[in-house]
Amino acid sequence: MKYIMVLAMLCFSYPAMASEQVVQSLLDQYRGAGADAFDASRGESMWQQQYLQPEEEKKVSCASCHSADLRSSGMHMRTGKIIEAMAPSVNAERLTDPEKIEKWFKRNCKWTMGRECTVQEKGDFLVFIQSK
Amino acid sequence: MKQQNIWGMVLLSGCLTFSLATLGWSDEDERWGGKSKQDKNVWERTSDVPLVTNKNYQTECSACHFAYQPGFLPERSWKKIMGSLDDHFGENAELSDAMTQEIENFLVGRAADVIPNRFSRSILRSISAGETPLRISKTAYFERKHDEIPNRLVAGNPKVRSFSNCLNCHTTGDQGSFDEHRVNIAGFGRWDD
Repeated sequence: MKYIMVLAMLCFSYPAMASEQVVQSLLDQYRGAGADAFDASRGESMWQQQYLQPEEEKKVSCASCHSADLRSSGMHMRTGKIIEAMAPSVNAERLTDPEKIEKWFKRNCKWTMGRECTVQEKGDFLVFIQSK
Repeated sequence: MKQQNIWGMVLLSGCLTFSLATLGWSDEDERWGGKSKQDKNVWERTSDVPLVTNKNYQTECSACHFAYQPGFLPERSWKKIMGSLDDHFGENAELSDAMTQEIENFLVGRAADVIPNRFSRSILRSISAGETPLRISKTAYFERKHDEIPNRLVAGNPKVRSFSNCLNCHTTGDQGSFDEHRVNIAGFGRWDD
């Protein structure tokens, strides 16, 4: 009986974690950590902002690998790996896994900007990506 | 004296028969890689490299690249790689501490110096004791095995780009089979030397 209930809960909760809920709970968390209101247009301009990447010895932005248009796929600037579109409207898998979101924020902010993103920046990115 | 000679001959011919049989066996194995895969246990396979069996390693690492079989590098290499994920060949590939540890344990437990595999032994023999290679493609064994492939088919080939993309040519590499007969170079075709 216990197993059936656990199973039922898993079936029910897992696919139901749509991107809206995931993003909402992350935004709440960021607000709790001191972030102000989030702004998609600020997220968009950060997406395009160029930083000097010391290993690549050239200026890079999020768009360098993800493409400026979130609805189309991007290509890793060095390895050539295809990176599926970020926009949840065309890629339903996006923004559905909070651990994956935080993992890639950490890696990509450090690689691109040379530091971790603040909670404000992460929230701005999330509302920007979600709006697409 | 005569008696000793006879025993010597018997011993010598025994040794010869045995070593020839071993040679024949290993040759057969090499040519028909994975023919009797099912009968052999993963550790005993000599023709293929043991498969990747850890789901987290598979998921986390192949999000970006081929999940290289752990038997291709020695323990010390995997430790160094897993200890420097913040600069992983120029990328940041940091994982949580728990995940890093789990994946490292998996890799180390099946490293080239731990498993008895033909590829692993060859790779090990080609590395000097003081060397800790971070790239499989930089080991002498790998280089020797790929030295006849012209650059235009790899770095100069947009469909391959790098020796690190095993699957772009070794189409069955994810099944542990790097058999030469199954090589199909992306954008070029079959390769027979």
